[in-house]
Amino acid sequence: MKAIKNRLMDYAGTFGALLILCIILSFASKNFLRVDNIMSILKQTSFNALVSTGMLLCLITAGIELSVGANATFCACLAGALVKAGFINSPVLMLIAIVGGGIIGFINGTLLTRLHLPHPFVSTLGMKNVLWGLALIVTSSQMISFSGVDGVMWLGSATIGGFPVSFIVVIIIYIIMHILLTQTALGRSIYCAGGNMEATRLSGINSANVLTFCYTVSGVMAALAGIVSIGRSGICNGANAVQPYDTDAIAACIIGGASFSGGKGTMLGTMFGALIIAVLRNGFTLLSVSSAVQNLVLGLVIIGAVLLDVTRERMGAKARRLAAVKN
Amino acid sequence: MSEYIVELKNAVKRFPGVVALKNMHLNVKPGEIHGLIGENGAGKSTLIKVLTGVFQPDEGEIYVEGVQQHFKNPNESVAAGIACVYQELNIEKLLSITDNIFINKWIKGKNGLLDYKTMHKKAREVMLSLGQDIDPTRPAGTFGMGVQQMIEIAKAVLINAKMIIMDEPTSSLGEREVEQLMKTCRELRDRGIGIMFVSHKLEELFELCDRVTVMRDGEYIDTRDIGEWDNDSLIKAMVGRSLENQFPKEFGVRSKEPMLKVEHLTEAGVLNDVSFEAYGGEILGFSGLVGAGRTETMRAIFGADKIDGGKIYIKGKEVQINSPKDAIKHGIAFLTEDRKGQGLVLGEPIRTNVILANLKGFSNGLFLDHKKINEAGEKNIKDLNIKAPSLSEKVLQLSGGNQQKVVIGKWINTDADIFIFDESTRGIDVGAKVEVYHIMNRLVKAGKCVIMVSSEMPEILGMSDRVIVMRGGRITGEMDRSTDRFNQEDIMKAAWEV
Repeated sequence: MKAIKNRLMDYAGTFGALLILCIILSFASKNFLRVDNIMSILKQTSFNALVSTGMLLCLITAGIELSVGANATFCACLAGALVKAGFINSPVLMLIAIVGGGIIGFINGTLLTRLHLPHPFVSTLGMKNVLWGLALIVTSSQMISFSGVDGVMWLGSATIGGFPVSFIVVIIIYIIMHILLTQTALGRSIYCAGGNMEATRLSGINSANVLTFCYTVSGVMAALAGIVSIGRSGICNGANAVQPYDTDAIAACIIGGASFSGGKGTMLGTMFGALIIAVLRNGFTLLSVSSAVQNLVLGLVIIGAVLLDVTRERMGAKARRLAAVKN
Repeated sequence: MSEYIVELKNAVKRFPGVVALKNMHLNVKPGEIHGLIGENGAGKSTLIKVLTGVFQPDEGEIYVEGVQQHFKNPNESVAAGIACVYQELNIEKLLSITDNIFINKWIKGKNGLLDYKTMHKKAREVMLSLGQDIDPTRPAGTFGMGVQQMIEIAKAVLINAKMIIMDEPTSSLGEREVEQLMKTCRELRDRGIGIMFVSHKLEELFELCDRVTVMRDGEYIDTRDIGEWDNDSLIKAMVGRSLENQFPKEFGVRSKEPMLKVEHLTEAGVLNDVSFEAYGGEILGFSGLVGAGRTETMRAIFGADKIDGGKIYIKGKEVQINSPKDAIKHGIAFLTEDRKGQGLVLGEPIRTNVILANLKGFSNGLFLDHKKINEAGEKNIKDLNIKAPSLSEKVLQLSGGNQQKVVIGKWINTDADIFIFDESTRGIDVGAKVEVYHIMNRLVKAGKCVIMVSSEMPEILGMSDRVIVMRGGRITGEMDRSTDRFNQEDIMKAAWEV
């Protein structure tokens, strides 16, 4: 009982921040609490929530995934290139995008674990640029419209009783990933590989496979996010590959309790993190805050979140020292 | 003016639960090479750290040229003229030799910028005086260990050190480099510098030193001129301690066939043709000095490091072990010497750590079987007497002894037959040690095979049924408990190869 209470207390900070943000905005703008605005927030959350899923897995293993945004854009552009070439079978288009994203994630994981690049920062930063270039090449640097390819658009645009389908998919994925992380051997391996890679390897767990799995899942999630983005905008645009999607995802994970030193982070926390960012952006728009100020405040939120992470780590280290002295 | 450059009197250094130094004396004369020798864990490192100001002694006095000193930090020790060349060199491999020598003591020109011309010239001179004719503008990392060590010595020379401590300086050097080092030591001695030469190698002490001090269990034993020592007297002084009855040795029934047989295990530069057999129902001790290749042997058997050759048989059948996963599949458990770095995921609870080596066994299809996990965890807590409020307690909150028991629990939960304990009682208190010995007893009585790597002689003698001694990656001795060679001196002689 105490354990469950403790676990819920872990979310008090993030949930509280989200709640306070919502209360302030509901006073600041009478439109904030309208149902269609809430639905719009959820719709906007979907993209970040999906790329954050992969980011979280990589952060838990003490890694990072800087190519999530570019991967999402590339997968959308890959589908767009096929549409332009006259191929409009929606299920196959989506399958190709998802498999493509997965392969790219797998390559990221393989670069790290089998080819021993020193840190995923290197491999995924390189991959981000590769994908940026590829996205522009396959689309000949043009925006491609998906009008008429309703099946692909459905995921990002459809609603059920006003509720965005994309967010329903997000909820399902988050529940599955939550169960994977907390209830399966693989999930325990992911946390343990992040907490102590060598101890995990010496416990007979193939850490390399575990890491490759995380980066592959990240690629698949990025592809899904890419498909969602098609539905929301009706187009694909290779230039989007350098939008700050990666930093938004990192921010969501860190605000939600993940740590750059690995071994920490939950799906629920990340969901709160993604919601906080979406609510902030929505609030700025409602209050007609200029995009310059938006960027500034979001930057401060990211720094603040990392500062929070660092402070948490230091307090943890201090507690450890105190405990060691006591013994 | 005192007869000695550095004099340490009645030094005591306590750590929580241990007295690392008690009544330690040491004095080094100008122009002498003074050897210091003692077993693993005798307190040599603590002594060095007290002299270099890293630790402050709880009692006792340090005099440098007759003046009492209270070093609050390493800078004050350096200022007083004590320099130390640590076993692990502090070399910035990418920077030039000049940069390494003048780090933090840069020479500046009139314009306030660094005067590299002068520094290179001085660096070249000082390295030449140490017998190294090299280009000081080249990165330090492009030279061998011998030159890198000379860079450290050059730093000491440049600050006009009165005494230079050398901590196991020859451990990573080749034969010719050792000769050069000895030559340099003698030259420094002739310039009036005192050298404290810490070594594991008796023959080096006899070749180089003027006097030798022996310490044991943190205590001063004896200082004599080198002519008054011989191999036997040195070893006796190092080990001469009575075995207290802290080893609850019990005997199992030794299996007829070996449980584990290793043949010609070879790893280039690390292991040299290691072959041995280990039986069920016995504790096989592995003795030797630090760096003798014992841990490396165990890591090779466990698949943690790649080997270059050799065969492993388990219960008579040859097995291929390419990863820890394979080793666990074949029933090997490996309790690593570094339990925090390699044994535990400190941020995870006991519950997760005790199932880590057998996640499959604790899963029901896709999902973890929480009931089974909790039952096994509770049983571990009860059987191994782990003191923790609950299974949810993070391992980093536990004491060293309890952490070690969590590691043991992790491996007991794999149903292994061969348990390798690598320095398992290091850094845990006496009570917890005895509990670990009881667990070993229970394992051998259940017919399991226990391999115990230990640098503590009393533990080796107290708990082993048979002892294998290693040195330099080779097996240099094997003693059975039933024979009269099963004693400290014979084991030490094999470990030192004298």
